[in-house]
This record gives sequence, structure tokens and C-alpha cells, in this order.
Amino acid sequence: MNHLPQAWGRPRDDIYGAYNHAHLAPSHPTTHTQSPIVTGTSVIALKFRGGVVIAADNLASYGSLALHRREAAEKFNDKAVLGFGGDVSDMQYLDRYLNALAIRENYSSGSGAGEKASSTSTDASEEERAESLDNEGAGTGMAANNLHKYLQKLLYRRRSDFNPLWNHILIAGLSSPPPNAPDASPQPFLKSVDLLGTAFGAPSLATGFGAHLAQPILRRVVPDEEAVKKIDEATAVEAIRECMKVLWYRDARSLDRYSLAVVTKEGVRLSEDERVEGQSWEFAEGIRGYGTQVV
Amino acid sequence: MFRNNYDNDSVTFSPQGRIFQVEYAQEAVKQGSVVRNAEELSSYQKKIIPIDSHYGVALAGLASDARVLSNFMKQQSLASRLTYDRPILLSEITHRIGDRAQTNTQHYGKRPYGVGLLIAGVDAKGPHLFEFQPSGVTQEMVACGIGARSQMARTYLERNLEQFAEASREELVKHALRALKESLSQDKELTVDNTSVGVGGVKEDFKLYEGQELSGWLETTFENMNTAPEPEAGESMEVDS
Amino acid sequence: MAAIFTGAPPNSGPGYSFTQTPAPTSASEPRQHAFYPYTDNGGSTLGISSSTFTILAGDTRSTSGYNINTRYAPKLFHIDSADPSSRLVLSVVGFAADGEALAERLDTVVKMYRYQHGKTISVGAAAQRLSHVLYGKRFFPYYVHAILGGLDEEGKGALYSYDPVGSYEREQCRAAGAAASLIMPFLDNQVNYKNQYMAGSGVGHELQQRDPRPLERKEVEELVRDAFTSAVERHIEVGDGLQMMVITKEGVEEVYRELKKD
Repeated sequence: MNHLPQAWGRPRDDIYGAYNHAHLAPSHPTTHTQSPIVTGTSVIALKFRGGVVIAADNLASYGSLALHRREAAEKFNDKAVLGFGGDVSDMQYLDRYLNALAIRENYSSGSGAGEKASSTSTDASEEERAESLDNEGAGTGMAANNLHKYLQKLLYRRRSDFNPLWNHILIAGLSSPPPNAPDASPQPFLKSVDLLGTAFGAPSLATGFGAHLAQPILRRVVPDEEAVKKIDEATAVEAIRECMKVLWYRDARSLDRYSLAVVTKEGVRLSEDERVEGQSWEFAEGIRGYGTQVV
Repeated sequence: MFRNNYDNDSVTFSPQGRIFQVEYAQEAVKQGSVVRNAEELSSYQKKIIPIDSHYGVALAGLASDARVLSNFMKQQSLASRLTYDRPILLSEITHRIGDRAQTNTQHYGKRPYGVGLLIAGVDAKGPHLFEFQPSGVTQEMVACGIGARSQMARTYLERNLEQFAEASREELVKHALRALKESLSQDKELTVDNTSVGVGGVKEDFKLYEGQELSGWLETTFENMNTAPEPEAGESMEVDS
Repeated sequence: MAAIFTGAPPNSGPGYSFTQTPAPTSASEPRQHAFYPYTDNGGSTLGISSSTFTILAGDTRSTSGYNINTRYAPKLFHIDSADPSSRLVLSVVGFAADGEALAERLDTVVKMYRYQHGKTISVGAAAQRLSHVLYGKRFFPYYVHAILGGLDEEGKGALYSYDPVGSYEREQCRAAGAAASLIMPFLDNQVNYKNQYMAGSGVGHELQQRDPRPLERKEVEELVRDAFTSAVERHIEVGDGLQMMVITKEGVEEVYRELKKD
């Protein structure tokens, strides 16, 4: 055998010619997402007494090109709704991933699955069956805090692999009761996680342009956790609608159609075709200093 | 001379459909005594291992196998809290060790775990007790005893089955101790040295009681039989030492 | 990183005008990652140890550039709080996601130590272990300044401070984070009496430094409050709330106070 280990297992030079080492090395390093392509803009959310309201507009943009309508908010189960900002393809990947997770969860956490299955009539529609699946895990399935922790771990792992999921996600819903007080009523839950795995919660949250335009308005409604206990659902929804209007006025990459979801202990109410109502563009008359107008 | 040709490994069924290595492993469970003779130079084997703050296990059989399994359970339990922010379900962790044990019965060169476990505690779905066997079989129980001479303990538990659902925490501990007493040989007594009790409950972390902490329970259980009813939910675990 | 969500088009995508479109790189040459895996979430922490206790403190503001993410994001973590005899507190400041990951790593390490040894880890052992955890990611560091507080085997306050790659030392006091440069000189002066001299001890080399003494708990709490109220005035990334953890032989006590929210 050749005394050079480097030559072992390789074709003999005297027969095949010199070995071309270039065949071993890949021609280029592996690459990952370096920037988002098709994006969604702001997601905004607000806690109130007994629940959370979350909204996001339905536009998908390709740079400055308005591309198509998208699903912006997604129901995970009866206790959690997700709002996605950032890359739309990564959102859809996560959507599929989370659907698989939700199904897995329903199998492992659905107690008395037999009873539920028999009570569902055989001719029940696909939707009704899906509904009963959702309700199945209502007792013990993943609450919003469980889902948030999981997504935080997922996004942090992906950023650590230098292969980020280019999203900023709001997770809104109800949290599971603490282990030492299993009978306590579920508390409103609102936290976010971004492409770096940074996670934080607050009485009101907003991603993207909303962090600049909507967050100041929302913070006037709920400055702290004490204020959350004092406002009701109607006030919260009204504040969110007002913010969607402001975003439509000022965010060039926005749409006047949006999705709005309210999570309470009764479940999730998700409407995907809300409109910005009561618009008035008179404020534009007073704006000076942009474009050709100088006076 | 008769020679069994089907016990060389755990991947060969006998013509009767038996896996002898698994059955031999089951025998190891019976080697674990419910109360072991106190030898002069050794103490009693500790047979309850707290795993997470919400549950623990009791073992019968090879303590070293139980340690390996409990280590795995501790890691899985920590992982559940870390990635999902929730305590692992007892049914979930039981399935996971069941799957591990089953794998050992199916692969060449592997040995089944020589230990049986009782997994007890409280999770999001309430109090639970699971039994785990080396074959990978797991089942949820209302009450259970495993190990040498545990049949007597199970007989006691069966006779008192109806009372458990309504029993208070203290009553349940007493039932457990009486069941344990049944499994002792005639000349043996339960003492603070050879007994330990693990209790986990709703709003109560799983805790291991041993030594002098047990003297009260042992005295009230075996001296006078009157019980003070307390309206408190609790899950007690049967103990083998 | 904030640029992703400002509504500007992606750099590699179509620009506003053709002049802004970046020149294409040669096709054969792969582009380097445009993704930067770190961000600075601002905020400040400090720790002071004395003869019988250690105090750690941090503000609760979390920032991204000029944005306030939230007014309450704790930077202090009670390690293995499930163990009633645990006296370990970790404070982290810098990149918050790394900070939380580090706190969870240490929490797991300390729990596994308890499972395997049947006793609570000593603060010295935990401190060295934390150094190894940080150094283990020497080439992709946890971008945080950590301070670990506890009580040593003699019951004295113990405080260890770290750089992001695991270099550590035991100290009396340490400030870290955005306002470290504002707070640290104040602590030097008020805890270790740096630049304080005995009156009338002479001039030049004759000057005698005032000897440091172990501080009372009340004094230290006041120092912490003063340090943070001052830092809030001068640093935009510090504010909203002050979270303090007081480690004594009785346990770990958490105190929260409001700070200015401007």
C-alpha cells in the first residue's frame, strides 16, 4: 500500500492521471435566505379584560409592488391566534408546520376522544369535524404561552443555524393556568417573537410600521397591565380599528382590507374581510412640504 | 436434556409466540423485594425517585436500569418545560419510556430493561398512576403494586378500590401503607427505615417522605385504625421499600 | 435589523429607481450572508455584594433602535427556583434572546447537578460552569454581559461578572450594559471608595485611601436606586422599571420599582 494515507482509496495517478481534488469540494458554500422577498406589513394587537384582539392587513408586497392578498392571521386552536409580519413564504412554511403540530397535539392531548368521535355524526361536514378537533384539545392542548415558547425556540434555532425564518410574529390568546392554581381563569396572553428569537410581551404590540404608527396610539389605551383590566372588548376592538385606519393612511405598503381576530374564553372569532371604514383624507390638505407643493 | 432454543436473544419468538428474554427480564422484577432483609452493612434500597416537580416513579427490579430510565425521564421533562413552557403529561412520558423499552425487545444485541415502574403524579389532566413493564407495556391504573409478593398488596387494593376516589390525602396514604404491609412476610414490620412514601397532588408538588417524616403515618395507620376524613384531593403512591 | 420592517424594499429586490439597483455580483461568486444574527436590546444591570447578601438589579426596558419593544422585559433570572435552597441569580444584558437562552442553559445545568449529586450547586462551581458554557460558544458567542450573584460557602455575598466569551472574576460590584460606563464609576466611588481619601492624611503619596467596609442592605438598595435614576436621565435605552433581587440566607427576594418612562 502507498505510504501516504492521502492517496488511499483514490484512483492511481499512473493509470488515471492526477486526482482532481475539485471534485471533492462543493463549488460554493451552502446559502440561506438573506433577505425577505414577498412581505406582509404591520400586525397589531391589544390585550383587554378577558382576551386579546389582533389585526393585520391582507396585502402581500414584492418590494413596492402590491402583489396579492394573503392570509395574515391564523387560528392555531381555540386559545391562540398568530399574526405574521415579514416574509410570506416563510409564513406559509410555518403555517404548514404548525398545522402538523396542532394535529399531533390533538392526538396526544384530546381526552375522551372516543366519546367525542361517536357524538360527531357520520355525515358531519369536513368543517364540523375540524371544529370538533379544535375543541378536543381545549382542555389540555397548547395554550398561547406554550405555542409562543415553542415558536421562540424554533426561530432562535433557525437564526443560530444562520438560516432564519424572516418573520416577526405576534402570538395572541389565553395562557394556561399556572400548575399551582389549575382552576384559575385563563389570562390574556400577548407576546412576540422575531427572526432572531427575541421574545417579549406587552399590553399592546405591533410589528413593522405599526411599531412606529400604531404602538403610540395603543399605549395611550393600555399603558400598563393595570389598564388592561379596565378596558373591555369593544374599546379594544375600536382602538385596533382606528390604528388600522392610521396605518392605511400612512403606510404605503398597506391595504384597506384586513383580518381581525378576537380571542376570549368563548374561543376565537376570526374575520378575514374587514374594511377600513369612515375614511377622511381631508388631513392631506393641511400637509405642506412634500412633492411639488411648497407653499 | 431439554434445552430451550428460543431464549438466546430477544428477537426470536418461541413457537408459542413467547419472547423468553423478555419473560426472563420480567423475572428480574420479582427479584426486587418489597421489603428487603436488612443486612448489617447495607441500608435499604431507595425505591422512589422524584423526576420533576409534578411527578415521580417507584421501581421494582434492577435499580441501575431504573436510574438510566429516570435520567431519561428527567431530561425529557426538562425539555418539555423548556420548549413548550409546560410540565410533561404523565401519559406522554410513560409512552416515551414504553417505546424505548419496546425497542429493546426488537433489536438484536439489546437487553430489555429489568425493571418495572409506577409513574405517579399530577398533570394538566389531573392525578394519574401508570404502570410500566419491561416488555414496553404501559397502562393507566387506579391503584397498583409491583415487585415480589406484590400480589397480596394488589389484593388489598382491589378490595378497597371503591374507596379511593373519595378518599382524602391522609386516607390514601394509609391505604397505601396497609397495602404495603400486606406484601411483607409474616415476621416483618413497616418501619421508618424501610418505608418511603411519595405524594403528589393538585396544588402540591411531588414530595418524597422518608425516615422520621413517616412516623406519624405509620403510628396512626397501624396502632389505631380510626381515620380522620379530610376533604382534600391527593394521589398517593404505593411503595416497595 | 430594523431595516427589514421599515417598509423599504429588500436590497436585493427591485428598488425605487434603476440607479439604486445594486450592481449584480458576478454569477460564479456566491454572495455572503446578509443576515446578522445579533441585535442590541439595550438596558443596564448591576450587582453589589456585601458581607451577608448580594443584590442584583436591572432595568426592564427592552429596545430595538429608537423603539421601545416593551416596558417590562426582566433581565434577572432566579436559577433553579424550584429548589428552595437555591441562592443563584443570573443577570444578562445585551442581546436578549441569547440572554434568555443562557439563563435557561444555566438553569438546566444547575438542575441536572442537583439531580445527579443530590445537593444544591455552590456559587463557585456554578460560576465556573457558566464560564465554560460561555466559552463553549467562543466562535459564535452569546452576545451578553452576564453577572452571577449568590452566597458562598461561608454565607458571604458572592458576585461574578463575565465577558461574552467566558472570562470571569469575582468582584464586590459590577455594572454592565448600555449605561455601564455611567454607573460603574459611581459604584467604584460609593462601594469601593475609589478616589475617597482620609481627611488630613497628607498630600501626594501621603494621601491615604478611605478603607472600604461591608455595606448595609439599606445603603446598597439606595445606591442601586440612585444609580438607575441617574442612568435613566442620561441614557435613552434605560428606563421604565427597576427589577431588583436581594439574595440573603433567607432566600431570594424580588423588588420592583417604577422608573421614568420617557
